[in-house]
Amino acid sequence: MNFETELKKGKFLVSECPFCKIIVWPPSDFCNRCLKENSWKECSCEGKILEFSKKENTIFCVAEIEKSLKILGEIISGTPEIGKKIKVVDCGITNNNYFFKMAIIE
Amino acid sequence: MPKVAVVAYGHTKFSNEDLKIESVLLRATKNLFDSTPNLEQKDIDSVLVSTNNNSKYLSAILSEMTGIQPKIAHSVESLCNSGTNAIVSAYSYIASGLADVILISGAERYDSPGQILEWDNMRGEFKHPIFWASIFSKAYKREYSISEEDLAIVPVKNHKHAKKNPNAFSQKTISIEDVLNSKKLTEDLRLLDCSRPCTGGASILLTSEEFCKKFCDSPIWITGIGQKTTSASFTKNQGFDKMESTKQAAQMAFQMSNHSSENIDVMEVHDAFSVCEPIALESMGFSESGGGIKMIKESYSSENFKINPRGGLLGTGHPLGATGISQTIEIVQQLQFKAEKRQVETASVGLVHNMSAAATSSTVLVLEN
Repeated sequence: MNFETELKKGKFLVSECPFCKIIVWPPSDFCNRCLKENSWKECSCEGKILEFSKKENTIFCVAEIEKSLKILGEIISGTPEIGKKIKVVDCGITNNNYFFKMAIIE
Repeated sequence: MPKVAVVAYGHTKFSNEDLKIESVLLRATKNLFDSTPNLEQKDIDSVLVSTNNNSKYLSAILSEMTGIQPKIAHSVESLCNSGTNAIVSAYSYIASGLADVILISGAERYDSPGQILEWDNMRGEFKHPIFWASIFSKAYKREYSISEEDLAIVPVKNHKHAKKNPNAFSQKTISIEDVLNSKKLTEDLRLLDCSRPCTGGASILLTSEEFCKKFCDSPIWITGIGQKTTSASFTKNQGFDKMESTKQAAQMAFQMSNHSSENIDVMEVHDAFSVCEPIALESMGFSESGGGIKMIKESYSSENFKINPRGGLLGTGHPLGATGISQTIEIVQQLQFKAEKRQVETASVGLVHNMSAAATSSTVLVLEN
């Protein structure tokens, strides 16, 4: 399974070390602790806002997903506050850049 | 450990000139030769180039263009702290006995590819540095109840200093109102909060103790070096109102030099954006957490040049590969009492703080006369 191939289809995978039982992020074929081969699983896509700002009408935030990995993405619905729960509702690759769109879920 | 000195330097004016990278390196190096009596090409046994430019083999090219046939010749790239990384590499070659006299030349063009870290896909569509800087600004303002107006003192002070630096890009005084009325890039960042990518070069000559007196009556010694890389991804930072790599690099540099923040008379701090200056000061122990802006305001109101006398990155401009070398040259000039209108009164110990990619990597140098 290839992270980018799946991301292009809108599927958000994470790499997980079956030995260390940790999510390895950024996604990688090998664990950055034991260097053994990782496995891939679908991400729950749920997390919380750590910080946010705004450029014109685009709200962007650092979100912590599955209590372990952090991404910078766009909040497309809801009013952001630190600690509010979000879900990645769309992701993919455009113009060689990943994108993560999030919605506030509470 | 063998002693390593800075004995000579050269600088170009930072500008938006459309020059080939080789020309910028050559100009900075010619300026070094022109201002260094007794220096001949055959004295130099190693040449290091610091840049993010995509051109290849630049240390060999610079060597050929300046008539040097060095033993060791290679480039060093580490985004915005390439310059101090090259200085640390040169220090190590001299301290190990592999070389005695090393030319380091750093240069960048205004359109450097080093401004965007393409690898860091965890930033999604928000790869430009203004986005991490906005997150840092928001976090810092919230955590310590700092206003946008409070932060504006940083570019005001540094542009004021840059006006006394003939090599600086900015030569104009700006006010708090100018900063607050400058173009709003994001909710937490205005144009005058940002350092400017530009074309510029800076060269420096390092020697062993045995060779220093041939070129200079007042060598400046590198007595402390600290480097720490915590990650490459911006989002791996633990908190956005502090700089862990800077904290650890400063601790190492202070330990090696047997100094502390209390002994530092003058310093260049990596103010890529306004918020970076107070956070770096706090992370290095110059003030308590949240107290950096108070320290900067006091420095400004007392007309003290202690913090970023050169004008920092905000006032001088930020040609990535040249920045760390330019910062080091400023501290050398201060310790030699050659900083003219920017000179601090007492200068025996100085510090350089240079960092990369949202503070994921930092270098701190301590220098002494």
